[in-house]
Amino acid sequence: MMRKAAKKSPVRARSKTRRDVSASPWRLLGPAELHRIAERVIRLSEADETEVEIGVAADTLTRFANNTIHQNVAEMDTHISVRAVLDGRTARSTTNKTDDESLRRVVASAASLALCQPRDPGLLPMPGPQKLQKLNRYFASTAAATPDDRARAVRRVIAIAEKNSQTSAGIFSTGANEFALANSKGLFAHYAQSRAEFSVTMMESASSGWAKANSPDVAALAPEALADSASRKAAASRSPRELPPGHYTAILEPAAVLDLLGFLFYDFAGTAVLDQRSCFTDRLGKPLFGSNISIWDDVSHPLQLGAPFDGEGLPRQKIHLVDRGVPLNLVYARSTAKKMKTRPTGHGLPLPNEYGEAPMNLVFAGGDSSVEEMIRTTERGILVTRLWYIREVDPYEKILTGMTRDGTFLVENGRVAGGIRNFRFNQSLLAMLSSVEALGPAVRASGEESFEMVVPAMKVGGFHFTEVTKF
Amino acid sequence: MQDWANWAIETAKLRGATYADVRVMDIRQRDLSTKNGEVGNLSENETLGIGIRVIAGGAWGFAATDRLTRPGIQACAAEAVAIAKASALAKLHDVVLAPEQAYVDTWQNPFLKDPFRIPVERQIDLLLAADREMRRVAGVTLAEGSMSFRRIEQLFVSSIGSRIHQIKVQSGAGIVATSFANNEIQKRSYPNSFGGQHTLQGYEAIEAMDLVGHAGSIAEESVALHKAPQCPEGTRTIILESGQLGLQIHESIGHPIELDRVLGMEANFAGMSFLTLDKLRTLRYASDIVNVVADARIEHGPGLGTFGYDDEGVPAQCTPIIQHGLFTGYLSNRETAASIGESRSGGTMRTESWNRLPIIRMTNVSLLPGEWKPEDLIADTDDGILMETNRSWSIDDRRYHFQFSTEIGWEIKGGKKVRMLKNPSYSGITTEFWSSCDAICSRDYWTLWGTPNCGKGQPQQVMGTGHGAAPSRFRNVKVGVAFSE
Repeated sequence: MMRKAAKKSPVRARSKTRRDVSASPWRLLGPAELHRIAERVIRLSEADETEVEIGVAADTLTRFANNTIHQNVAEMDTHISVRAVLDGRTARSTTNKTDDESLRRVVASAASLALCQPRDPGLLPMPGPQKLQKLNRYFASTAAATPDDRARAVRRVIAIAEKNSQTSAGIFSTGANEFALANSKGLFAHYAQSRAEFSVTMMESASSGWAKANSPDVAALAPEALADSASRKAAASRSPRELPPGHYTAILEPAAVLDLLGFLFYDFAGTAVLDQRSCFTDRLGKPLFGSNISIWDDVSHPLQLGAPFDGEGLPRQKIHLVDRGVPLNLVYARSTAKKMKTRPTGHGLPLPNEYGEAPMNLVFAGGDSSVEEMIRTTERGILVTRLWYIREVDPYEKILTGMTRDGTFLVENGRVAGGIRNFRFNQSLLAMLSSVEALGPAVRASGEESFEMVVPAMKVGGFHFTEVTKF
Repeated sequence: MQDWANWAIETAKLRGATYADVRVMDIRQRDLSTKNGEVGNLSENETLGIGIRVIAGGAWGFAATDRLTRPGIQACAAEAVAIAKASALAKLHDVVLAPEQAYVDTWQNPFLKDPFRIPVERQIDLLLAADREMRRVAGVTLAEGSMSFRRIEQLFVSSIGSRIHQIKVQSGAGIVATSFANNEIQKRSYPNSFGGQHTLQGYEAIEAMDLVGHAGSIAEESVALHKAPQCPEGTRTIILESGQLGLQIHESIGHPIELDRVLGMEANFAGMSFLTLDKLRTLRYASDIVNVVADARIEHGPGLGTFGYDDEGVPAQCTPIIQHGLFTGYLSNRETAASIGESRSGGTMRTESWNRLPIIRMTNVSLLPGEWKPEDLIADTDDGILMETNRSWSIDDRRYHFQFSTEIGWEIKGGKKVRMLKNPSYSGITTEFWSSCDAICSRDYWTLWGTPNCGKGQPQQVMGTGHGAAPSRFRNVKVGVAFSE
């Protein structure tokens, strides 16, 4: 799974800082220092054009299981990546060694690699300086959260598990990263972002519940509330019964929706359509989903994260990808846009690559139906907390397989009737998005199969559960 | 490297660590790809850093940095100890490790041709030649090729006196022909899907693949699949070729035998395992002819799970996992071995890089060969489906229920391959499936496959694992469910 690129924003905290970040060995370097390093690298290069990407990450993660902390880690990592262009050819070399000799070597390596290949007629000159929007997604208090802060929160969650005679497992992660992109045409872009994530599984002997959230601001997370929710699900799915496989109305909570829809993201790439491996090949402009499905890519959405510029430094534009069931637009890197005789949208991946571009900030239109209302209006159906090990079975009909996990319930006559054994599903996403009967408000959802997006809960008719497992 | 490791161990001890180990790792990687006659990715990457793991206050802490100055490393070691002390705020009991002696040693995998000394031009030319062969076939809409090479030099030092220097060189490559027609995408890969074949060898492994020689046939198959009938739905005898069987072993044997999963340590993400402790040496996992080992020794072959020592300083071992169908062993580390009363770690702690904590990972989890020849296996099958090359894979979070689909299938009637089938898939319950195995091909048809992309842990780590397999037959398997209406 491709990761989101790191992003840009001025460093301005909304929450109170609890310790001086600059005194920590785990501090970021800041735009001025990254600019200085980039200039130094560009000066070392004799290539026709040179691009420098610098990433700095300071990440921590406290992991618990069996009601105890069993792993607890921190890392500080810097990388410097150089792309050289010589005589219409380009290549990339990356290092995390920042001494002069290593920087000279990485610059020379990028240049010599570039010359090892045939000329690329589609290679465009690097872009010059760009006008970029400012996004503030860095919270100093999140970057400065300590191991003790995380351990105390975990201890409170473990207490909830113990009170309910359950076993807890999960993670509490905090950190920050920054990312700068510069080139010999004078482009410089910088983005910093903090990140906090909490995930918890609560288990009984034959049932489990799960909850997860992330945010750039650790203060926005509520570990105990998430633990309470997971605990209630574990209790409610106690003694699960086995149902026969078949087509059921499915109420998919946002995490389940996210991990399914995540499989669509690369289909929106212009290169995927050019290569005829997108499910939108020959289907653009024609109704494909229900009229209640609209999708955008929008890096500036208040619930989104990520840099406002792409792998070449172009500003990411808001793109209306699907309008009321009709796939309208794709995203394009500069070279793809030229091949497809359109304009770049600022979604290019770092060059060189064979994939072109991808929308990394998908936002699905929501509705006004809560999960509780979906349950109330369902005569017989399945409520799904999360999905697991989803893989693509058919790329054009977009048939996906996977399992339900950690809280799967039978809904009968408008109420949750109890837990059931987990199902395997084989479901076409195209069919599913044509059968959405109700939508919840769009939220920032967190799963395990896809990067985060803004998606609603969905009530879907005729969801195809094909087999059942033993728990 | 030695000075860096010493500074880390000294600082950790001074700060109160009762145990410390350190991995200094210097990793170099080269990636190349081609698509439809053009170079796609062409890049090199190197990363050097130190990861410091400590026990303090009876609990674990880990910190890693690439700021390799004395102050940088000392600060990192101090952070690891501070983190361990924070872990102790929520501990149930002190960490106990199974005993292990100290080793001072060096180890390097054998290889003939250093892939980083082979000119990049030659590597690109090979991929472009295979690309041309694929695109010669009318109907191929996408031709792709890739190679990757990795050199890992690492020094392990621990507070019990171990100092182990290892160098591992691995090489991998693969090609894919894709055909889009009539609202359907079909593809064929060689020598395996999802990046091809990867082994702990030099460039000689790439040359032995003969990518160009196989490009035309997979291209023709990708086009022919459009006209092939759909794999039927029902219960059938299936024969799996060794690449698909390698992934079947990975998912339905390799993961459930990880002792950290069994003990609940992966419950929040990777999941748990149906192989609870009561099943050790009591569960009939498979039929009598099935023997599986987890073997990290070079004698087993140049797999992605081959090494001299694991990443907590335990020598490579061969652990019997299934013996004549009986479940006999887990993948363990020093901590989990001690917790279930085993006298020693199975030596399966591995880390993706210097900035990740070692965790229990598969080594080479392999099905030992049987005695059949593939042609005899087909001749002995009255009504079945031969399935080749994985297309999708999925299994539940306790590793009971799985579903796989492959790129191509062949219907077998009356002991003969009679026609191609498209969209083959099969599904089942792990122990029922392995208990239905009634024939395994011999050593001559056994391949040690590399799975370069196994994800596990939080933060997630990607690791290469090895899986030896020969074509094998399974009876009464559910097929075709993936495309059922």
